[in-house]
Amino acid sequence: MSDFLSILGEEFPQVGSGLWVTLEATVLGSLLALLLSFVLGLAAGSRLLLVRGVSRTVVEFFRGTSLYIQLFWLYYAMPPLTGYELTPLVCGVVAFGLNYGAYGSEIVRGAINSVPRAQYEAAVALNMTPFHRMRKVIMPQAWVQMIPSFTNLLIQLLKCTPLLWLLSAADLMTAIEHVRSRSGESLITYLLLLAVYFVLAYALTLLMNMLERTAKRRLGLHTGAGSLLRTRTAEAAATAGGAR
Amino acid sequence: MNQSFRWDAVGDAFPLLLEGFRVTLLATVLGTLVAAVLGLAVAVAGRAPSRFVTVPVKAVTEFVRSTPLLVQLVGAAAVFSSVEPLTIGIIVLGIHYAAYTSEVYRAGIDGVPKGQWEACRALSMSPRRTWQAVILPQAVRNVLPALGNYAISMFKETPFLAVITVQEMVFEARKYGADHFVYTEVFTLAGLVFLVASYPTSLLMRKLEKRLGH
Repeated sequence: MSDFLSILGEEFPQVGSGLWVTLEATVLGSLLALLLSFVLGLAAGSRLLLVRGVSRTVVEFFRGTSLYIQLFWLYYAMPPLTGYELTPLVCGVVAFGLNYGAYGSEIVRGAINSVPRAQYEAAVALNMTPFHRMRKVIMPQAWVQMIPSFTNLLIQLLKCTPLLWLLSAADLMTAIEHVRSRSGESLITYLLLLAVYFVLAYALTLLMNMLERTAKRRLGLHTGAGSLLRTRTAEAAATAGGAR
Repeated sequence: MNQSFRWDAVGDAFPLLLEGFRVTLLATVLGTLVAAVLGLAVAVAGRAPSRFVTVPVKAVTEFVRSTPLLVQLVGAAAVFSSVEPLTIGIIVLGIHYAAYTSEVYRAGIDGVPKGQWEACRALSMSPRRTWQAVILPQAVRNVLPALGNYAISMFKETPFLAVITVQEMVFEARKYGADHFVYTEVFTLAGLVFLVASYPTSLLMRKLEKRLGH
């Protein structure tokens, strides 16, 4: 045990930079996923069959083919086929972004659909342009609905980052694996790693709770400070067919 | 394109991938069974009258849900190194998903009208009989579509098992790719197999959900 701690102390800079890589992959992957969620989710509500069809196909493709395979395809299969080689971190960000963006688009689509029909009609009656209607009436209401599901999705994305270890990116798991192989303490090493991930996930939850509270305020719905500490709810339906 | 797509490799690797696919399916089915049974147990325990039971149950499920499956798998395989990898994979998948299915059951149990509990008490049924004869039959019917969805997502996560040397489809694909240096072909093929298997299943689940009125 004291051995483990001294090795952990020696490896601390690597563990720190590994944590940084993991956070980088999470943040950049989430941003890409968020962007794609909105693009694909809004396209899914388009009047044009072609736009809807493309969105549907992309979503089903990335939801259906397993993140693991997408990641490996980008890393191993793309270079010989196209001549372009991506760094492990970029592979991770692209794969996480595409995969979770596809799941996220369903969240966006569902939330927009859940805004009462009368709100659309009122906006039309007030002669708002489609853009204005979306920006001022529909989106603020849909956004509140989306946040809890997005929290789940972000945490799932965070939970996928150890996959970077398989591409030998110098992420947190790679650094911790190094500590393990030097100290030979499997149980304590992996428990420590799980605990770090748990803390990260909870920090993400707190952040998203804050975002939800602000978004609700904008709609005139005030929630007590206690709601910030609330843990997530596992949503079965929002991630249906999908992201665990 | 630097190099043409080698169709011969696709034909060559296909039987091997199918062999691995059997293991993938086996892990999914058994993992889902573990998750379905364990999730129910966790959900029922979560409604125990004592906080000494409910608080730890809640804490453990939250922990399992918030931490990466890959670390859980690799960790379990390292700690229980004498156990067969497939067994570890099935148990870890089952436990991981039980943390999710327990919430599904919880919602299903909450969905049973309160009057049903009251009626049971009025008939002075034992708690055990209340669960068995009245609550669970109604709750389980409601949660079946959601459980099916988790089965599909578990199916898409079985490639993680390759990391702990379970010889499922992706393990075979990586091995074949490394031996013959044809990663592009085998990974594309493996992805398509997943797509072909999971898309019809999710369509079917959606139909089932609509039918049960969700």
